[in-house]
Amino acid sequence: MAEAKIKGSKNKYCDSESRYRAAFRYMLLARVFEERTANLYRAGKIVGGVFMGKGQEAFSVGLALALDKNRGDVYGPLIRDQAGRLAFGEALLDAARTYLGSIEGPMKAREGNVHRGNIPMGIIPMISHLGSHISVVSGRLIGKRFCGQKDAIGGVCIGDGGTSTGAFHEALNQAAVEKLPLVVAVANNQFAYSTPTDRQFACDDLVDRAIGYGVEGHSIDGTDLSLCLDTFQKAATRAREGYGPQLVIGHLLRLCGHGEHDDASYISEKHKQGVFGRDCVDVAQQYLISSGWSNLAEIEQWTAEIQKEVEKATSCAQRESGPDPFQETWQALATTRLAEGNSTA
Amino acid sequence: MSITYLEAIQAAQDRALAENEFVYIYGQDVGSFGGAFKATKNLAAKYPGRVIDAPISEDAMVGSAIGATAEGMRPILEMQFADFSTIAINQICNQAATQFWRTGIPCPITVRLPSGGTEGGGPFHSQSMEAIYAQYPGLIVLTPATVEDAYSMLLEAVTIDDPVVFCEHKYLYYHLKADQLPDKNLPVGKARIARTGKHATVVTYSAMVHEALRAADTLEEEGWEIEIVDLRSIKPIDTDTVLASVARTGRLLCVSEAFPWGGVNAEVISRVTSEGFHLLDAPPKRLNAKDTPIPFHPNLWKAHRPASQSIASSLRDLLRY
Ligand SMILES: Cc1ncc(C[n+]2csc(CCOP(=O)(O)OP(=O)(O)O)c2C)c(N)n1
Repeated sequence: MAEAKIKGSKNKYCDSESRYRAAFRYMLLARVFEERTANLYRAGKIVGGVFMGKGQEAFSVGLALALDKNRGDVYGPLIRDQAGRLAFGEALLDAARTYLGSIEGPMKAREGNVHRGNIPMGIIPMISHLGSHISVVSGRLIGKRFCGQKDAIGGVCIGDGGTSTGAFHEALNQAAVEKLPLVVAVANNQFAYSTPTDRQFACDDLVDRAIGYGVEGHSIDGTDLSLCLDTFQKAATRAREGYGPQLVIGHLLRLCGHGEHDDASYISEKHKQGVFGRDCVDVAQQYLISSGWSNLAEIEQWTAEIQKEVEKATSCAQRESGPDPFQETWQALATTRLAEGNSTA
Repeated sequence: MSITYLEAIQAAQDRALAENEFVYIYGQDVGSFGGAFKATKNLAAKYPGRVIDAPISEDAMVGSAIGATAEGMRPILEMQFADFSTIAINQICNQAATQFWRTGIPCPITVRLPSGGTEGGGPFHSQSMEAIYAQYPGLIVLTPATVEDAYSMLLEAVTIDDPVVFCEHKYLYYHLKADQLPDKNLPVGKARIARTGKHATVVTYSAMVHEALRAADTLEEEGWEIEIVDLRSIKPIDTDTVLASVARTGRLLCVSEAFPWGGVNAEVISRVTSEGFHLLDAPPKRLNAKDTPIPFHPNLWKAHRPASQSIASSLRDLLRY
């Protein structure tokens, strides 16, 4: 696997092998954690919904590992980026607490499931309205430019459906005009909820849009971890070196329902048996073994460790209290002297 | 037979499609999937080419529907959640709502908004947006609270020559059942007395009608007879029915699930105090959700929105005055 050279990079995964191994471990951690949340959802312990990134872990982790939060990079994950969030540096406990409604969570149980972030760390707290977080990532880059911090880049995630929003178009065009160091990762998982891509866009490949926006484009098999790591590393380097926004399309398949409430019966056998239907975790595991970078015993050991880690995070979050409405401030304003209170008169 | 609020919405659309060849349905996942809530279940198969999946492009969904009306079409749009209609506000409020006034050509679109809070819905899947749309001249805004109204008002919405924002409450989708669909019902624009009483009037709409009915049951045990007015339609508001009720009871509480600033409660109280001040024996009260985004956690969500207990306690304050 070719390794892109990053100028002045402090990337801790200095060679392909260590990065690949680290990436795989994040993928596994995300997979095991999400399967646990799905079980908790079915057991009625999680309300609202559970949204998994099954089948998208390689693509998700690829972007996140090309970013470096210690360098000021900014990350805008979306619903299927548990793997990327972990790789960027979000604590597993933050995810468990948000899903399980713990008052100790980063969103104080005001928000749930994937609607979480960490602004100081550089993680945009997504709202549901698809596409609207892209320009927010851009804004952080613009802000950094104002403050003389020129080194940082942004990475932002969206699905194929999300590319149909006006917000996506406006943000891409704006980022191109501003020549922002922004890597836009589009996970084309063939469906937006039940809607297949042929009801979503009419171009052959979403990467065709890159030329229209005047940005550099990359289109890859999103089930191949090597390719994902490599492409995002290159795209991040291009962005950092001043070549402007990078549009990376990953072709893959959602290997789960839209949420855990959805049996995804609309996904055909043809899709499942098709080239993008393979499970990126299996593919990566085979590669690790065949390349000699790891072996089954080590992977089993990782899995055991991860299961403990997941158990620890979820049971901790489950033991913690939920929010108490009498302790809640019920204030949406930062400027408390201007807050009106909640009059019922 | 028993039919839910959600099934009534499906049935109304089925009938609208059957009776008028110019009706079509457009929205995300509404086709063979039948919609995120199954409000268009089976319709794509029954009416080929007329129940169409839209890309995730709310602005263009509404814009294209506005254009289609000029060719004689009568589109029904489904927003996946009311909250996402904010993206189409420009088209709804600036394009659709102004068209008739600007050109004399009506714009008969119906925009369905799955509205209101449910457990675990959180800030972006729970909003009640009726007051925002009602602010804009040129729109009709409907908020059915019963299975019968969900059916008859949606059918009527499709026949109205103005843009209609149809706020259907997600909490009622499965909770509410009726024995059958109505042949005849009150028309759009008329409020309904959901319960008669003589000591105080609660004016409310949508899911809060049911919370108010429960509060009235509680107060009945305490010796109070509470009258409940279900507005049904937010714009136009049936001020006459409200004033007539306040004339009988002398006391008014307005209840809405929406945020407190402005809104339907403020509108009703303003009309009653200016047109019926002499009818009031006590200052009118209002009860809204709290002035924060809608919380995810059920503990917080239950405290954020009005519910039968808080309505009962507001009523006790009102009756004590
Ligand atoms: C503006 C907007 N409209 C509608 C929705 C409702 N919605 C949530 S996820 C989703 C499908 C998203 O599909 P895609 O972008 O392809 O991402 P995927 O779920 O496949 O990862 C829809 C329609 C939304 N979140 N935002």
